[in-house]
Amino acid sequence: MSRLSSAPRTLGTTLGSASSVLIGRAARAVTKLRGGGGSAFPGLVVEKLDPNFLARTLHRLPRGVIVVSGTNGKTTTTKMVVELLQGQGLRVFTNRSGSNFTRGVVASILEDVKLTGTLDADIAVLELDEAHAVHFVKAVRPNHSLLLNVMRDQLDRFGEIDTTAGMLRTIAAHTVEAVVLNREDPRVRAIAETLDTQRVDYFGLSESLRGHFPSDDDFHSGPAGTAEHPHADVVLEELTEGGGRFTLDGESVSTSLTVNGAYNTFNAAAALAVVRQALGETVDPRALIESLSKVSPAFGRGESLTVQGRPLDLVLVKNPSGFRLGLSSFAAEGVATMIAINDNYADGRDMSWLWDVEFASLAEQGVRMVSGVRAYDMALRLKYDDVDFDAVEPDLTLALTRFLDENPDRPARIFCTYTAMLALRKRLGAYTEVEAF
Amino acid sequence: MAESKPIHVLQLYPRDMNIYGDFGNALVLQRRLQWRGYEPILHSYDPEDEFPEQVDLVIGGGGQDSGQDKIQQDLLRIGDRLHTLAQSGTPMLMICGLYQLFGHSFRTREGREIKGVGILDLRTEGTDTRLIGNVVAESKEFGEILGYENHSGQTYLGPGVQPLARVTKGEGNNAKDSYEGARFKNIVGSYLHGSLLPKNPAIADFLIATAVQNRYAEEIQPQIDPAGSAQPIDELTRKARTTATRRPR
Repeated sequence: MSRLSSAPRTLGTTLGSASSVLIGRAARAVTKLRGGGGSAFPGLVVEKLDPNFLARTLHRLPRGVIVVSGTNGKTTTTKMVVELLQGQGLRVFTNRSGSNFTRGVVASILEDVKLTGTLDADIAVLELDEAHAVHFVKAVRPNHSLLLNVMRDQLDRFGEIDTTAGMLRTIAAHTVEAVVLNREDPRVRAIAETLDTQRVDYFGLSESLRGHFPSDDDFHSGPAGTAEHPHADVVLEELTEGGGRFTLDGESVSTSLTVNGAYNTFNAAAALAVVRQALGETVDPRALIESLSKVSPAFGRGESLTVQGRPLDLVLVKNPSGFRLGLSSFAAEGVATMIAINDNYADGRDMSWLWDVEFASLAEQGVRMVSGVRAYDMALRLKYDDVDFDAVEPDLTLALTRFLDENPDRPARIFCTYTAMLALRKRLGAYTEVEAF
Repeated sequence: MAESKPIHVLQLYPRDMNIYGDFGNALVLQRRLQWRGYEPILHSYDPEDEFPEQVDLVIGGGGQDSGQDKIQQDLLRIGDRLHTLAQSGTPMLMICGLYQLFGHSFRTREGREIKGVGILDLRTEGTDTRLIGNVVAESKEFGEILGYENHSGQTYLGPGVQPLARVTKGEGNNAKDSYEGARFKNIVGSYLHGSLLPKNPAIADFLIATAVQNRYAEEIQPQIDPAGSAQPIDELTRKARTTATRRPR
């Protein structure tokens, strides 16, 4: 039942896979010798020589493939799904190194696969960038897909929010068995209407939490409120100190979480829903919650470090919804705040999004340091919201040093875009143990 | 206590046409009016709403294709009001989607003709190419204009409007000529967001000065510095502009 759609091809498969694996590994070795960190190149070589390699290898997994996509929270949610499945005793293959596109998946497989072309795993959980997922699912139809949200951070790559929603629709349409949708995101929820054969389950928020998670649409027109919300298998009922209370198919469960922030707690609901869907009645609910409480944040997402004896939170912000949530998830009181905004390709070049975030919640405490390539755009934004700031220093290293020196005995929090976070993290390695990426 | 001097700002279709930080334009106008002692009154106008009695300044933003479909009929419905305001010299700022719909027509890629409100003498054609990236443009009236474009519709100006600026980096109205935006009476049309007004205060102050002149027959103070803080807004703006000119497309 849970097999992938097209029949596995057997003729010549073993020989074909062995040579593909060897060629791919050779390409990887060459890449490494040349000093390139690029994980995509070996994948490209194999893709060109043996285009069916990916489908053939993944088809053999007894429990098939779960795809996780959406604009926000993919990395953390994928990590949660992997660890929840591992907690159920399954061997899980995943594309962990941030290569969330087809060649990256091929490259990840090459690292793990045996020469016979089999992966030592029961199930694959793959984080896929929306645009690449569209191609991927045509080659490898997933058994389950988890579709998180459509927010406007990648508009300058894809053009329009509706285009991104269309990509998620394609992923759902190519899913063999069942999909999990975020019922709180109107564009994701609407995907259900386009599906006929796949089962649909939802994860969602309680009525009282909806105000905490404003969508892009709500920001401009007030909460919709009237929209019909279908029944959700997993509901985040309330945010508790250091965790959350969920309803799993009618049963209430509270747990603490190692990840922080409201949005990660909501991601946990998403992960629970897809694992429950994939495992069905065989799921061990106690082990599920046990694993969930231990999941550590994915690299840089809501990361808490200790720097010179004080706690320092890195909060990744990359779109208006994420920034608004970041601001509402963490109280500003008593905390030294820094904001670091870059506009490199991975961050998105368009600065418009800063104007769709309200910064009034920082007004009382003010901001100690504004940094990053677009530090002055950010400072100007704060100025128009009457939020005071002590200093603007575009250079991240100088800014971080000064920020830490000038705020020695308070908890610190840095809201940062993706490449700013990479740079800060590297720099923070001089002060504290930072998990290698 | 000085008497209150309201300026009524009408924001067209904020629910459906708001996609690229257009809220920033509304905020900048409100603050710069306040800092000069005027009382901005922001009217949000969505389809079927009642059109406000008093309008001193009109702004409108960009949307997705679906958003444009939702508002197009309503825009034609209020077309007469907008024409009257435009002809009487009301300052207006139309960005991206509403800039297109202020023209005569938008021909989609499928060849469907969407009728615009026809205030600006320009036509737009849908294309398969999206023009995306940072833009630097030179205007005689406003100096250097900085922003970010993201549109697949390409716009061609008729003789009834002037270009707003000439592009030195990026594409602007279309991939063929080097014009960006349009000027007609006191209307500024542009593809640029970023948001446009925070980093281009010359345009913000033109809109404000015109609204104040029309309403109160007085000039605005050129200098503003809210609450005399350590970082004057002019200096922050200048530095943000300097960065913007140096960023890749």
